[in-house]
Amino acid sequence: MTLLDLSGVTVGYDAPVLRDVDLSVEESEIVGVVGKNGVGKTTLMKTVIGLLEPDEGSVVYRGADVTGQSADERARAGIGYIPQGRDIFPGLTVEQNLQMGEHVDAGSSETRYDEVFDLFPVLEERLDQDGETLSGGQQQMLAIARALVADPDLLLLDEPSEGVQPSIVDQISEDMRAINEELGTTILFVEQNLGVIRSMADRCYAMERGRIVDELGADALADEDTIANYLAV
Amino acid sequence: MVNGLNLAFQFLDSFAFVVLAAAGLAIIFGIMGVINLAHGEFILVGAYATTVSATSLGLPLPLAMAAGVLVTALFGVVVERVIISGFVPNWIGQRTVGRDLVEPLYDRLADSMVATFGLSLIMVQGARIRFGNSIDQIATPFGNVAYGEFSYSTYRLVLAGVSVALLVVVYYVFTRTDFGTRVRATMADEQTARALGVDTDRTYMLTFGIGSGLAGLTGALFAPVLSMQPTLGSQFLVEAFVAVVVGGPSVVLGTALSGGVLGAVNATVTNLTDSTTFGRIALLLTAILALRFLPDGITGFVERVRTRREEGE
Repeated sequence: MTLLDLSGVTVGYDAPVLRDVDLSVEESEIVGVVGKNGVGKTTLMKTVIGLLEPDEGSVVYRGADVTGQSADERARAGIGYIPQGRDIFPGLTVEQNLQMGEHVDAGSSETRYDEVFDLFPVLEERLDQDGETLSGGQQQMLAIARALVADPDLLLLDEPSEGVQPSIVDQISEDMRAINEELGTTILFVEQNLGVIRSMADRCYAMERGRIVDELGADALADEDTIANYLAV
Repeated sequence: MVNGLNLAFQFLDSFAFVVLAAAGLAIIFGIMGVINLAHGEFILVGAYATTVSATSLGLPLPLAMAAGVLVTALFGVVVERVIISGFVPNWIGQRTVGRDLVEPLYDRLADSMVATFGLSLIMVQGARIRFGNSIDQIATPFGNVAYGEFSYSTYRLVLAGVSVALLVVVYYVFTRTDFGTRVRATMADEQTARALGVDTDRTYMLTFGIGSGLAGLTGALFAPVLSMQPTLGSQFLVEAFVAVVVGGPSVVLGTALSGGVLGAVNATVTNLTDSTTFGRIALLLTAILALRFLPDGITGFVERVRTRREEGE
């Protein structure tokens, strides 16, 4: 079943950042979007979660057109968002940061702290610590955990490797695969780290100057040079 | 001894006045980035609603004050929906011309000042047209306590207690409750909060309602000790703004500290010179010095020192 479907999405009238983007994600897939800095990857993520409205085209989630919906409505409909640079709330503890992912405004909501702490035990040890004082890798874990507590069906991940030590980067790729396999969470991520793309993605879109220019299946992903092509300066 | 007591009383009196005048303004400014120049007129709403409830409807004073708070909070929510968030004009716009008509005033300091200044003029004139140049005042309750040749209004001592209690309650709400955490997350990063499912629009509306309710509380509490004129709000505005400027970005701590500092300055100078005018002048001089030497207020200064020390380690 198709979970997410973007068709003809254009963002920015005068100087389009995204032009006529078609993209779809099937249930339980891990889909990557590869591209250099400034090709519109973050804009794509913000358009899917609803922080940006497309000027043309539509965003369809679970068969329903959500184009006009605000980001908090989409989040409560089951889309989890992990922003670039993590955006841990300053002045809030690890526990309070996690609480913000609970969909407090949804009335009743299911939370799954147990699974989250199984994945990231370090967070449970540091619940009372100021979230901003964690290391880069731990902040990334907190951002992932924060998006996971409300049990999303689709997880949006914006450059998970940015500002994280190489050893932790591999760890995070593994964690994301585990989340996908054990919790059944569908994942759409954007990335320019070749290793992360190859170890995480089932398939992958390539972006250049705001357009989707290629779609790479498992075979193409196995060939390092094909992706490297889209990341070359 | 007697002079010391007098000084202490005056300190408590100015502390209460500064804290009560500033609390609502500080919350709305600190959390929403909106400078509400109609803050004094929100206090006016609270004072008038309390007075009218007590004199015309014959409610007992505590109930009349509760009515004053409630009316002002509801009024604040209406103002937020119509003017600050632009929800109402945009709702109308979407249904008539098919697009939004206005942008929200959140984090637009200058724009929010112009809009709320206009609102304050309308409110003062509106009150004058509806209620005339003054309305009958409620009698000050509780009488006086005497000490030697001096006598102090018991009610004003009660106000000092209320201002301390208010700080405690506001601190508790914003640091120890789910609502407070949500508000602080929204204040720190509105986009991320929204993307995580927080209805930030509602958070802003409630915050403005609470800030307005606190202005209403100030009006209600001072209703028995002020003359009820349409311009009564302007007496609070100077102290409120000075307190927010001196206090800095941390809402509760900033308000408490500036209440302490400004209360002490005002009480000391008033006592030394025997003139409230000089007390006010000293207050404004303190604000100018604070702006010059502590541009981020006391709490901003503390924050900078702490960051520097952490970096030095």
